[in-house]
Amino acid sequence: MTTRIVELRRGILKKNDELAAELRAQFRAAGVMVLNLVSSPGTGKTALLERTLRELRARGARAGALVGDLETDNDARRLGATGVPVRQINTHGICHLDAEMIGKHLDGWAEVAGENGTELGGLDYLFIENVGNLVCPSSYDLGERIRVVLLCVTEGEDKPLKYPGLFNSADAAVITKTDLAAACEFDRELALRNIDEIRPGIRVFETSAKTGAGMEGWLGYLEQLRADS
Amino acid sequence: MHELSIAESIVDTVTESMAAYPGARVLEVRLRIGVLTAVIEDSLQFCWGIATEGTALTGARLAVTTLPVVMHCGRCARDVELEGVQSFRCPRCGEPATDLRQGRELAVEAVEIEEAG
Repeated sequence: MTTRIVELRRGILKKNDELAAELRAQFRAAGVMVLNLVSSPGTGKTALLERTLRELRARGARAGALVGDLETDNDARRLGATGVPVRQINTHGICHLDAEMIGKHLDGWAEVAGENGTELGGLDYLFIENVGNLVCPSSYDLGERIRVVLLCVTEGEDKPLKYPGLFNSADAAVITKTDLAAACEFDRELALRNIDEIRPGIRVFETSAKTGAGMEGWLGYLEQLRADS
Repeated sequence: MHELSIAESIVDTVTESMAAYPGARVLEVRLRIGVLTAVIEDSLQFCWGIATEGTALTGARLAVTTLPVVMHCGRCARDVELEGVQSFRCPRCGEPATDLRQGRELAVEAVEIEEAG
């Protein structure tokens, strides 16, 4: 018996990365802007999306959402009430979404979207609400154009420092539930400084899905993304 | 806790690659893992035992090399290693780290195999 070293140099998530690249090409061809929302559980991803979907719809934009959770379709029902096409992805214990799950749940999307035209139902935006988790989603490309990380005022201002892998992978950040900031003694300057320390130069939005504060800036950013694509 | 998914992906990756070496037994799998992947080596080692159970990789060791973040600093005109993951700025001049060159790797670098003959 002889032993030897064989060089492989292969990415462990190569399959996911390849699938994500295919999805990205498909999204681009369909002209749909895809955003992946990541955060810890309870930061208000669903609430931000509910308000965003309603506002986009009111402005004549066509948006849809894929929402990931370990169990229940509660979020899909909440988002579905906004009148836009929504699909729930249940991961049954898996702590993140991957490109294969996204691909599977896009099958037949045209019928769900109720629109004629492209395979993705002529959507302008597709929002992917990831499983609430600040660690695992960072390594899994879903084919999105923009990754948005949420930080809630009820969390510590040091979340970016504690989870640099995820915050550093984001293209934009949203500080949520700003209506609760005073009650939580939220140190805004410190949070902004920490975000910038981990992801220098990132765009940061400060919103309250409850009062609507800051939504205008966030929606303007979404419209700008579409205009630039 | 995505280490189990990662461990399963490693098993798939190595198993596929080993199709070219029939009869070979894998003794060790060598990984390169960037610090930004937040993969915990202890958890990965634990999950490796579970993921390899009942496969041709049962008993193979897992050797992990952890890679620090490396940024390209435009001002210094060179690649610079960051001292940690608490500040993404050039440690030499303070320039923001917007162009990362290393730190997100999740790769099987090599395997040590035993072959007949």
